Amino acid sequence: MTALDEHETANPATPTPAPRRPSRRDRGIDPIPWWLIVIGAAVALYFILPTLIVIPLSFSSASAFQFPPQDFSLRWYENFFTDPIWLSSLGNSFLVATLAAIIATVVGTAAAVGLDRLTGRLAAFARTLLMISLVTPAIVVAVAVYIAFLQWHLTGSLFGYVIAHAALGVPFVLVSVTAALGGFDPKLLRASASLGASPLRSFITVTMPLISRGVLTGAIFAFVTSFDEVVIALFLRSPTFQTLPVQMYNSVTFELDPTISASSSLVVVAVTIIFLVPLLIGSRRTKKR
Amino acid sequence: MTISSTSRAGKPTSVASATKQGTQIRLEGVTKDYGLAAPAVDDISLTIEPGEFMTLLGPSGSGKTTTLNLIAGFETLTSGTIALNGSDVGSLPPHKRNLGMLFQNYALFPHMTVAQNVAYPLKERKVPKSEITRRVGEVLNLVQLPDRDGNYPSQLSGGQQQRVALARAIVFNPAALLLDEPLGALDRNLRAALQTEIRRIHREVGSTFVFVTHDQEEAMNLSDRIALFNSGHIEQVGSPEQLYREPDTLFTARFLGDSNVFDLDGAASATSAGWDGRTWSIAPGTVSSHPGASVRAAVVVRPEDVRVAHDPADVPSGSNSVGAVVRDLEYMGSYRTALLDLGRVRQLGRARVDALDSTFTVGDQVTAWWKPERQRIVAA
Repeated sequence: MTALDEHETANPATPTPAPRRPSRRDRGIDPIPWWLIVIGAAVALYFILPTLIVIPLSFSSASAFQFPPQDFSLRWYENFFTDPIWLSSLGNSFLVATLAAIIATVVGTAAAVGLDRLTGRLAAFARTLLMISLVTPAIVVAVAVYIAFLQWHLTGSLFGYVIAHAALGVPFVLVSVTAALGGFDPKLLRASASLGASPLRSFITVTMPLISRGVLTGAIFAFVTSFDEVVIALFLRSPTFQTLPVQMYNSVTFELDPTISASSSLVVVAVTIIFLVPLLIGSRRTKKR
Repeated sequence: MTISSTSRAGKPTSVASATKQGTQIRLEGVTKDYGLAAPAVDDISLTIEPGEFMTLLGPSGSGKTTTLNLIAGFETLTSGTIALNGSDVGSLPPHKRNLGMLFQNYALFPHMTVAQNVAYPLKERKVPKSEITRRVGEVLNLVQLPDRDGNYPSQLSGGQQQRVALARAIVFNPAALLLDEPLGALDRNLRAALQTEIRRIHREVGSTFVFVTHDQEEAMNLSDRIALFNSGHIEQVGSPEQLYREPDTLFTARFLGDSNVFDLDGAASATSAGWDGRTWSIAPGTVSSHPGASVRAAVVVRPEDVRVAHDPADVPSGSNSVGAVVRDLEYMGSYRTALLDLGRVRQLGRARVDALDSTFTVGDQVTAWWKPERQRIVAA
């Protein structure tokens, strides 16, 4: 070892891998007072309880809604998975949500990256325009979409659902990717360029991996937004094409069929799993580092 | 030509294979105008020779970093040409210029390990996997970090990160290495260690290095030549010795090291100069060729060349001298610096006094003197 190595490793016996800076959760925090815990728990229950009631309900055998359920049965699940209408609605919802999420993610990510370093009035206007569907009342958007799609013959078509829902998803992607880019050092792109990577290669190899959490979060929000969107879907439905929320709406308004409790439970579980995915990926990555 | 270095295990390794001769970088009439009051870089011409360690030195805002970014391609030229080995690269995007670059904040990819970072430029060039592994190993040996290839940058110290960045910037045998204040974020000891390291690697790799800094000491330590920048233009280009001993302008004299500056009463003649009614003699070859010097000139003398005497009779004949009062004595360890009140407009001079010489005290009436060949007549 040369003298200059000793300079740097003066910090005695650095083990490999070097000790990580203690993360926030390793450090002690002030004890939480009991009343704060009670209030927190009450708020949490208030949010979760209505959702959770539907799950025991779905295992009841009664042919009307009944809580608490008297006995256990899987008949509504059987009903759900054997009825072609329920099944095709579920399939349609997955298809629409997946395609809409893909489009929203591509558009939203491109917009976020493009607008990231821009500060002009035009950039601010573009940002507002992309966010507008967040604040517009759903019914207004639905009517507007319906009128437009009637003329373009897009009502009741897969394509119509997809582009309408994609527009709803873009703001979520834009927000989460913009936030991710806030922690991205643009100097890295100079580094990659100096190392021979074209702007496209730099985006793929440097930008994307570092903002992937933001992109994934945005994609999930876009997916879920489409998956449970009901207002536009009601306007666009046709006898040949409808999504799960529309079928659920039909089933309560016309039939009062407890199958809806099974389908609701499935949606709750599916959405929960989808939201847990980035958390799981995140914690695994942290361990790897 | 092959670059060889000896790894710690003692076996020779070869890193580069084609760049020993380095690349010539020629700037001609290079201008960058952001549309502000004055161009950031104003009509600069500079030829950096193959294999040379050239430092762009100057205060912040003097255009040195902009010039480096123009060479790298991160900024577009307003006018002028930049040529690498004679071929114009002015319109090439940065990723096609084949120039390595070192940044102040290291700019390592945080999602890649050390080995993946260093392999990045090779992967982009589609170098075969086995060769990538070999060259990454060699270059990590060269920067003396052979055991950290599996670590992430966040697990390394600042100095280690900058060595990884250095390895990454030279592993693909770039035409030249551009260094943008790479030691600015490091503490003093580490900076000295990495200076040694960079000099060694320059010697071993042999390619052209262009180094930007505002630290004159760093520039003097490292460079073959220094281009001193001042508000968008180059004040003077030369070896560290030339810039220190033979400054052309007052700016150069003041920027590099301490100096005593005497604004002359007028222009200097070939043999004598007047200051405050005195006539000093001028030794041949000490007058700057800078055109400004024939109009308004100043005499510059380094403190280490100024001696102090109690008795004017002790001043050797043929010396230039000035009467002074000792204002203060600063102990510097191996010597003391005497701060001298020169009388005129409360000007302070500096002279070096032997640390063991205790005959001087504050308030003494003395004569400061120096040999005419140790002074320099510059444009004021």
